[in-house]
Amino acid sequence: MTTLDQPAASAAAEKGRSAGRGGSRRPRRRRDTALFWFVIPGLVVLLLFHYIPLLGNVIAFQDYQPYIGILHSPWSGLKNFDVLFNGDEQFVHALVNTLELTLIQVVFVFPAPILLALALNSLVSERVKKWIQNVLYLPHFLSWVVVVALFQQMLGNTGVLNLFLQAHDMGTWNIIGSPELFKSLLTSQVIWRDTGWGTILFLAALSRVDSDLYEAAAMDGASRLRQTWHVTLPALRGLVVLLLILRLGDALSVGFEQILLQQDGVGLDNSEVLDTYIYNHGLVAGDWGVSAAVGLVKGLVGVALVLGANKFAHFFGEEGVYRK
Amino acid sequence: MTTLNPAHPVRRRPHRSYSAIPGETPGSPPWRVLKSLILLVCVVLVLLPFLAIISTSLADTVQVTKAGGYVMWPDHPSFDAYKALLNGGLVSRAMLISVGITVVGTALSLFCSIMLAYGLSRPGSYGHRPVLMLLLMSMLFAPGVIPSYLMIKQLHLINSYWSLILPGLINGFNVIVLRSFFMGIPKELIDSARIDGASEWKILTRIVLPLSKASVAVIGLFYAVTYWNAFFNALLYINDAAKWPMQMVLRTYVINNAQLSGGQVDVAAGAPLPPSQSLQAAILVLSIVPIVVIYPFLQRHMNKGVMVGAVKG
Repeated sequence: MTTLDQPAASAAAEKGRSAGRGGSRRPRRRRDTALFWFVIPGLVVLLLFHYIPLLGNVIAFQDYQPYIGILHSPWSGLKNFDVLFNGDEQFVHALVNTLELTLIQVVFVFPAPILLALALNSLVSERVKKWIQNVLYLPHFLSWVVVVALFQQMLGNTGVLNLFLQAHDMGTWNIIGSPELFKSLLTSQVIWRDTGWGTILFLAALSRVDSDLYEAAAMDGASRLRQTWHVTLPALRGLVVLLLILRLGDALSVGFEQILLQQDGVGLDNSEVLDTYIYNHGLVAGDWGVSAAVGLVKGLVGVALVLGANKFAHFFGEEGVYRK
Repeated sequence: MTTLNPAHPVRRRPHRSYSAIPGETPGSPPWRVLKSLILLVCVVLVLLPFLAIISTSLADTVQVTKAGGYVMWPDHPSFDAYKALLNGGLVSRAMLISVGITVVGTALSLFCSIMLAYGLSRPGSYGHRPVLMLLLMSMLFAPGVIPSYLMIKQLHLINSYWSLILPGLINGFNVIVLRSFFMGIPKELIDSARIDGASEWKILTRIVLPLSKASVAVIGLFYAVTYWNAFFNALLYINDAAKWPMQMVLRTYVINNAQLSGGQVDVAAGAPLPPSQSLQAAILVLSIVPIVVIYPFLQRHMNKGVMVGAVKG
């Protein structure tokens, strides 16, 4: 139990994060213990499906065999990690593909919502703007299965596009199932699904721009383009830095479900990423230990990236993901 | 698109001048045409696939055969494809399963999330900080595919519907949004209720929840969309095709192009099956319909929900 009887202790507990939210003067302990019962269902779920599974990572150090179980599988030290450091060919493919896709997405996917938000923001009619927004948000709520299926129906060999091309005697264009185009296909799917949704944050930032700034700029003879360059874009800078840093934190996770659904047609060399490598090796091929090892390292690097990125955000004077 | 015609003043928010970029002089005409064109193309690119699959799912065999697969507008709309799918075969069962999982999952998720958010809504209460830390850390890293699978296996939930519900019960982001909402409720209300002798439970159900109906609704819809769209957990934990939710059916019969046989679709004796394109399009439409139905409710409060998302410890 807490020892919040002395006023000094309770003041200490109150400092910082909850400044100005002092409780009433009744003894705090009784009331606040009552509040603790409320978190129990959620806490149990968190522990059971989030924190206890983390212990399952010990099989990264075992020669795990499902029918013996975790408790009786023989320990194997760091043998499973050899794959990572001595370059199993498939693993190297997966790593390279992951980094390539992350890079492509930062270059092509990231700026798309910014441009779209600028275009939307300069619309005169609120009504039209709202309507377009609602249409463009919709794809974000579709599952990857639906998005991939839609793309297949549109661009597949017997899809809408190729029917159209054939009807006009322009031959066929094999987009789905060609390894060279696979990464472009993935990127265009992400753009189609999430660009509209991505504008929300940017539009919110733009709506907070002080209109006096524009007037002052216009008075000084700034053209439309210069107003955008000198007033609008600086207003977005903080948000852009923050989102980029957050994206960096996810550098090792790209399009898991999306790729898993489309791997069969294009071959593993081109499409394997770390997440699919873990799935294919562990659950499909039964190489549990190695998969768990890859997953563990990936998770740790991911956390390090998020924390590092957050430090970086503070360095830039941004709020970051959380404040310490 | 609109030109600024003084006779038709544009409705504006009070603090804004005539354009959505306040004070920016209207751009030159070519710019504005280009911009509108780009936006128009975006809207068309989003809507076109929907039009194509809805039309194809409604087209009759003659038209589909003539067009070679897809149609952009059904000449004689017929619901044959839907009738064949929804007569108690594989697809109708998958629809039922998905609806069931969504309803049960959303209810449980909301219950746990509201309780958790309310329990964490008063800084300085017993256990507040460690529990909040656990919640925030759970957003930082996922347990990983292999350990999650082992956990579900240990709990003997393989092939059980619970494996699709329990792991996703708590979404940290949603809990934080709810919590910020609860924290915004005036303290005086809660204090006065307490003085009147209300228990915490009463305060939550009689005061806090009625005041945050809108945000609870949005969070509920977010959860519902997530449950409806869940595919990977089903792939992982459900080996029995009879228990597949809609997304798995979609993957098997639309993406992987497995043929629906006579046993899975139901047509009158002797009648031919609707064309496979129409059937595939109809499955796709069926899996999108629920999203489109709840979407209007969702978008009304979407901005608010997303904006609150800034985590403040």
